[in-house]
Amino acid sequence: MKVVKPGTYFWQGNEACAEAAIVAGCRFFAGYPITPASEIAEHLSKRLPEVGGIAIQMEDELASIGSVVGASWTGTKAMTATSGPGFSLMQETIGYAFITETPCVIVDVQRLGPSTGQATKCGQGDVMQTRWGTHGDYSAIALSPNSVQEMFELTIKAFNLSEKYRTPVILLADEITAHMREQLTIPSIENTNIIDRKKPKTDDKAFFGLEEIPPMPAVGEGFNIVVTGSTHNDYGIRFTADPVVHRRLVERINGKIQKHADEIVEVETYNIDNCQIGIVSFGCTSRAIYEAVEMAETKGLKVGYVRPKTIWPFSEKEVKQLSETAKKIIVPEMNLKQIFYEVQRVAKCSAEVIPLNKIGGGELITPEEIFQKIWESARF
Amino acid sequence: MSDKFSIRKYLRDVPLPFCAGCGSLTVMNQFLRAVHELGNEDLSKFVFCSGIGCSAWIPSPHFVADSVHTLHGRSIPVATGIKLLRPNLNVVVFGGDGDIVGIGLSHFIHAARRNLDILVIMVNNMVYGMTGGQVAPTTPFKSKTTTTPYGSFEYPLDATKLAVTANAVYVARWTTANPNELKESIKKTLEIQGFRFIEVVSQCPTAFGRRVGFKNAGEMLEWFKRNSVPIEQAEKMSEDDLAGKTVIGEFVQKHRPTLVQTIYKTIEEARKGVEKD
Repeated sequence: MKVVKPGTYFWQGNEACAEAAIVAGCRFFAGYPITPASEIAEHLSKRLPEVGGIAIQMEDELASIGSVVGASWTGTKAMTATSGPGFSLMQETIGYAFITETPCVIVDVQRLGPSTGQATKCGQGDVMQTRWGTHGDYSAIALSPNSVQEMFELTIKAFNLSEKYRTPVILLADEITAHMREQLTIPSIENTNIIDRKKPKTDDKAFFGLEEIPPMPAVGEGFNIVVTGSTHNDYGIRFTADPVVHRRLVERINGKIQKHADEIVEVETYNIDNCQIGIVSFGCTSRAIYEAVEMAETKGLKVGYVRPKTIWPFSEKEVKQLSETAKKIIVPEMNLKQIFYEVQRVAKCSAEVIPLNKIGGGELITPEEIFQKIWESARF
Repeated sequence: MSDKFSIRKYLRDVPLPFCAGCGSLTVMNQFLRAVHELGNEDLSKFVFCSGIGCSAWIPSPHFVADSVHTLHGRSIPVATGIKLLRPNLNVVVFGGDGDIVGIGLSHFIHAARRNLDILVIMVNNMVYGMTGGQVAPTTPFKSKTTTTPYGSFEYPLDATKLAVTANAVYVARWTTANPNELKESIKKTLEIQGFRFIEVVSQCPTAFGRRVGFKNAGEMLEWFKRNSVPIEQAEKMSEDDLAGKTVIGEFVQKHRPTLVQTIYKTIEEARKGVEKD
């Protein structure tokens, strides 16, 4: 099999992610074994050579993301996959990819931290590591799938955003979504939107400025590219003291994401302009909100929700709209209030934001628990 | 070579950052002379990777070439990604002792083990020079540095011996007092494949030399000359006689399948399997 044929499949989330990477054009993968992300490395180790690509197991996560950055500068779409501990190790290089505007995809299949924590159990504790993990002023793009279908779709989207905005993109999956098996439908390649980075014209020289998203050459093409993680001018030359060069560079690379938040953000909403109680939920936890809403509706309650598929940039518009109609917003998440504060920031004083958190043992937040919170919130 | 060597041909018009007497200048000069003597009019067949540290600035941004100035210790991983996907380019890593065998040590060993087709030139100035002269994994025992004010209480690492053990196909060590041998060694390594390692023991008069009693770079070069033992001679000497000496010369020259060869063979086999389906 070359690229997966269109049709209906019954796959594991990690498998869907790996196949989607191939569809998106990924031809280099480097990783280091870690539960619950290893299946992505295993699957791509078999599949990438079949399509002429390379998959290699490196000595650690630092080397994995490092070689992904190197691969990207050859004009190759490249990816790594890990979980919380490995994701922590990769943070410095994610910052390097950000400042050097190196497109690449990092999959973080979240498990239960901090540290080794409960290594095989599900958690959603990497939300803020995804946003602020590297040092310095940084703007993240991170996507949050809640089904095997979305593991496929959002992996392709991660590559597309990465190529379009010339920046690292994180697929923030979780153990449940990555390990469960369910049905998914794969469209034909012709019906799949694939974006490739903008290449320079032969006389282009400014690969790090002038345009909001500059064109990106590859090594060996004769452009004499200078790539550096130090502050650099439009041509890549190091300027380690000039305040203006730093401001221009860092404001542009943050701005190219923040100014396009509306184009980047993808969100599922329901009744956000007509509800008493709102819910904001993402990833595996959000799978429970549908049934909870149904239960509430049978009791005559009006409930709306925002389910961010793009976790960063945060879906401010939709959450703001929800906060303007709902009196209370419930935020169920498998961590100790990471997205909660983000919702509170956006809702300001227009709605009361109520946390619903559960950590430990990989236990999911159930529809009943969410319904119970809706019921209490509606009554008191 | 008939035409005269002009270093400017290979360099951008950007001021060099090195202190007076820095050994990195010798390494830069000898590398570019080697490139010239091999008949390269420009550096278009090369990609340079470096990490953080003074010697990481040898190629970046100075060489008119593709260069990737990476994070501290991560030049070899980035070079891995580049070489595997652009096997026809000559990928050269420049780095200091802190970069290559301090923070980046594990990548160095694994790249040698894999026989990744790159040349690593390690400028060993025995100290963390850029940050002001702190003790390094290569600092000689009892040397005073800013973080070992009473003298270093640790024994240094021999990167060259380590490269031999890790199965590199070419390993040599020179000092900046052997510029010709260094140049010939670079020429040789640029024409072979596999993991090649050249250690250049180099002077940092600013952050190391003056703290251990040398007045200038010249005195350090004299010390290198006095203290170096050619490998042929070293083989006849006892361990005690060799204590504190720098053994120089070519330690290993051999052939074994390279990572580029084995990985592309794997791809070829996998593709044949698919075509049969």
